[in-house]
Amino acid sequence: MSAIISTYSARRRGRRDSFISGLDPILSLAVAGLLIIGTLLVYSATKSWYTSIGLDPQYYLKRHIINISIGGLLALSAMIIDYRLLRAYTPILYGLSVLGLIAVLIPGVGSTVNGARAWISLPGGFQIQPAELAKISIIVGISLVLSERIHDREAPTHPDVIRALAIAAFPILLILLQPDMGTVIIISASVVTMVAVSGAPSRWVAGLLIVALVGGFAAVKVGVLSEYQVKRLQSFVNPSADPQQSGYQLRQSRITIGSGGFLGKGLFTGPQTNGRFVPEQQTDFIFTVAGEELGFVGSSFILLLFLIILLRAFRIARRSQDLFGRLVCAGVIAWFAFQAFENIGMTMGLMPMTGVPLPFLSYGGSSMFANLIGVGLLQNVYARQRP
Amino acid sequence: MNQRSRLSLIVTQTLIVSLMLALMGRLFYLQIGAGPKYRDAALSIQSRDIVTPATRGLIVDSSGIPLALNRVGLAVTVDRSVLDRQKDRGKAVLTKTARLLGLKYADVYLQTRLCGELPKTVHAGCWTGTRYQPIPITKDADPGKALQIVERADLYPGIDSRPVAVRNYPGRDGINAAHLLGYVGPLTETDISGTGGSQYYRSESIGKAGLEFQYDSFLRGKPGIRTVIVDREESVTRQAQNIASIPGNHLVTSIDVRLQAAAEGALEDAIMRARADGSRGDAGAAAVLDVKTGRVLALASYPSYDPNIWEKGLTVKQSKDLFSDANGVPALSRALQGLFAPASTFKVVSLVAAANAGYNLDTTYSCPASVKVGNINFQNFESKPQGTISMKHAIAISCDTIWYKIAYDEWLRDGGLSPKKNANDYFYSAARGFQIGKKTGIDLPAESAGRLPDRQWRLDWYKQNQDYFCNYTTRAPKKEQTTFLVALAKENCIDGDKIRGGDAVNFSIGQGDTVVTPLKLAQMYSAIANGGTIWQPTVGKAVITTKGKVIETIKPKILGKLPASKSTLTFLQGALRDVVTAGTAAPAFTGFPIAVSGKTGTAEVFGLNPDGSKKDNTSWFASYGPTENPRYAVVMMVSQGGFGSSVSAVGVRKIYESIFGVVANKVMPGKALFPFGPPTALPRISPTMRVSNP
Repeated sequence: MSAIISTYSARRRGRRDSFISGLDPILSLAVAGLLIIGTLLVYSATKSWYTSIGLDPQYYLKRHIINISIGGLLALSAMIIDYRLLRAYTPILYGLSVLGLIAVLIPGVGSTVNGARAWISLPGGFQIQPAELAKISIIVGISLVLSERIHDREAPTHPDVIRALAIAAFPILLILLQPDMGTVIIISASVVTMVAVSGAPSRWVAGLLIVALVGGFAAVKVGVLSEYQVKRLQSFVNPSADPQQSGYQLRQSRITIGSGGFLGKGLFTGPQTNGRFVPEQQTDFIFTVAGEELGFVGSSFILLLFLIILLRAFRIARRSQDLFGRLVCAGVIAWFAFQAFENIGMTMGLMPMTGVPLPFLSYGGSSMFANLIGVGLLQNVYARQRP
Repeated sequence: MNQRSRLSLIVTQTLIVSLMLALMGRLFYLQIGAGPKYRDAALSIQSRDIVTPATRGLIVDSSGIPLALNRVGLAVTVDRSVLDRQKDRGKAVLTKTARLLGLKYADVYLQTRLCGELPKTVHAGCWTGTRYQPIPITKDADPGKALQIVERADLYPGIDSRPVAVRNYPGRDGINAAHLLGYVGPLTETDISGTGGSQYYRSESIGKAGLEFQYDSFLRGKPGIRTVIVDREESVTRQAQNIASIPGNHLVTSIDVRLQAAAEGALEDAIMRARADGSRGDAGAAAVLDVKTGRVLALASYPSYDPNIWEKGLTVKQSKDLFSDANGVPALSRALQGLFAPASTFKVVSLVAAANAGYNLDTTYSCPASVKVGNINFQNFESKPQGTISMKHAIAISCDTIWYKIAYDEWLRDGGLSPKKNANDYFYSAARGFQIGKKTGIDLPAESAGRLPDRQWRLDWYKQNQDYFCNYTTRAPKKEQTTFLVALAKENCIDGDKIRGGDAVNFSIGQGDTVVTPLKLAQMYSAIANGGTIWQPTVGKAVITTKGKVIETIKPKILGKLPASKSTLTFLQGALRDVVTAGTAAPAFTGFPIAVSGKTGTAEVFGLNPDGSKKDNTSWFASYGPTENPRYAVVMMVSQGGFGSSVSAVGVRKIYESIFGVVANKVMPGKALFPFGPPTALPRISPTMRVSNP
């Protein structure tokens, strides 16, 4: 590794002089674009609903902006700490996540939404979702184990990989107990990607992929999944099986997106959205608002912004001066990519229904905080990349 | 970066870019490819059509007297969208309303459920419309109670009362005409899913039978449609369109209310007479046609039912009674659905057949007591030998044996049991010429065709039943295994595919397998009267708008010509006159001041009544009048009525008495129904008639 680095000339100076110049401008713009679009969509999804029940139509808008602001601050802190120092905090972060995940399972502390015991209620109507923060600690934790090795080999050895998997396994098990299959799938995708990018023996990658497939299959067959989850998976295969429940949601979701057409019905004027035919539209089904009101033009622009973010993140990963930074990037990329794919794919009937929010667009504090911290980590690596 | 690490990054990047492209592709399919489909789906989710039914057009008789009109009733309606939001989903309010109106809660509950909400087994009475329109629980509320509901809206949330149009058959002059007029009712799933179902709106009423069915597309009009956009909670967010209703057009018929009343009265009277004579007299029909046009002036069927029961809300018992055998299946229109052997009225066909076969009509024939066909003796009806008589007199006194002889001879000439390739079949071709076995084509639904049992029919029938007859002892139920029936089956098994001598003989006197409807016979006798033209009978004359504009004229249509020469027809007309003056119908027409012609018929019926008794004969009288320059064909049939002359001929005479204004054997000039013939001009329909309450 050091040999490769040495082939480059001296680092460009002044990068850390100004805060702004330390950011990847394209990544920042793309994220900002998604945040602005998301804010409008959340407002559109909730405006007429809250008006009709006589509440403040800007209730969700305001809270969404607060979430973005808090998330922005968290992203800032994730960015300015040199990620190499972050390693020191990693065990603390990890410990806190695990504690949170245990806490949600305690009756009276955790609250159940849509069949998953995933939230901790806080005073003032706030809720936090420890699984979202666990994503970050797992990514940073695995990056740490796989990059900081005692031996001197080029690539991680078997014990390294086993240790990394052990780190991921505990929180994953806790999330399985909630159960929140969507988050488990996304974390697993991140773990596999990081193991692959770490340069670990390919047997591990192949093995992990097989385990994931067999595990998923067995989960449905043996009944590890709750009845609620099996129903949602089945309604994906056959949407008319459970027309009033999850099948209804998937059908409405597809109709709402499809009815948008090329140019869409116009922001705030989608009849499906204003009629609130899609449940959970401001959170997991936010993409249907874009589909109906912004049409193919607006929706594909959102997809394009996601693609730009991911491609920029790949660029940062490639240019990272050490393995730790590269692994953090790989973890964040897999997380964003699979979560976006899972969520948008679900709204369009490509993926089964698992309640994961759409990064940067869905309403929801914990998810927004985690996403922006993820961006902060990417910018952090960018700021310290080799020239 | 080692090679594996680099490779992994590239693989991951490729995978992720492909996933994003897959999303893009799917998005393109949903929004551009299948966009129109999803737009339609979205529209059907968001929009609700509220249908205001159009005022249905009137049905009037030839002089403009309403046969079917719309009365104003007070409907009490239930708004489900309000009731469903109440804590007990409206149970308390519905119970209170039912008690006020004197209805049962269970009935009201059923009436206010959408059909989709209930399992199919307890469907009866459910609401076929949508949740967003007021659902009527009665259309005939007491004004005082309706007012109570309107004034105490706080006590009856979601309940309303308003005037609505109710289809009403006023029964002027005491007419019933239930089979003729039909009725209207709510659309069923079959109506909507059937061909042309898209023209309907769920809450519309449509014609279900009779003229209401036949001319429904004219009478129904176009309902008004208000389309609203709703949200998931079904509250209306805005109105998309509002189209006013267009009232239906009026139907003018050729029916005359007075004549219809006379026909119904004469028919019922004939049936009562038959019963008084000890016959069963279970059903009957009467038809009066204009022989010059085929227009139907009256059409009666017995037993009948109150045509207004449908709009009052049919109870389960009422709907069962309509089809019950014990009540004689009142739903069946005997005039055009009842199939009966024509018996001696058929001899007009036989006469044409004999003339066409070259028999001299002006010579004499012997009328013995019986004729031997094969080894069976076929008896004259009353088994009395009449000696040698003229053909005309043979028709007049309804001699059978003369026909046995001719039919048997012709059968033998055609090859008997081994028929020639090009057999003459004078009898069958004459019957075909009279269009027996074909529908008359009247503008009423569900007409029966009748049956012409010619060689082809015989062959088809045999093919269907061969197995049964040839294995009769194993196939037939035990109680049908009498010696006679077993022998009959054996005979049928051997040569049931061929016309036998007995079949030919039976055919010539209108017995055996030949059946016709009373209307068919009226059509045949009209043709004899008018010189040979077979008209398609019509009830509808014209469709006119509410403003009086004629938009459709129903013109009489010629279906064919009788297969008889002018001289044959002249001979036949003379013979039919003799029936009334000196033949079987003479007693019934004693002293009748206007010359009419006709033929009696008394058909033997095989089979048993439900109680095991033998079925009585069918009584027929088919006629036209006046004999010179005929205008009306009148046919009456009384099932299990006994003799044609004493029951039906007397009934027909009563109908003629009304037509010509005959009182006590004298023509009262002012009493004739049509002094200048049936009206040809269309009547004016007064707009006030729509809401008049008789």
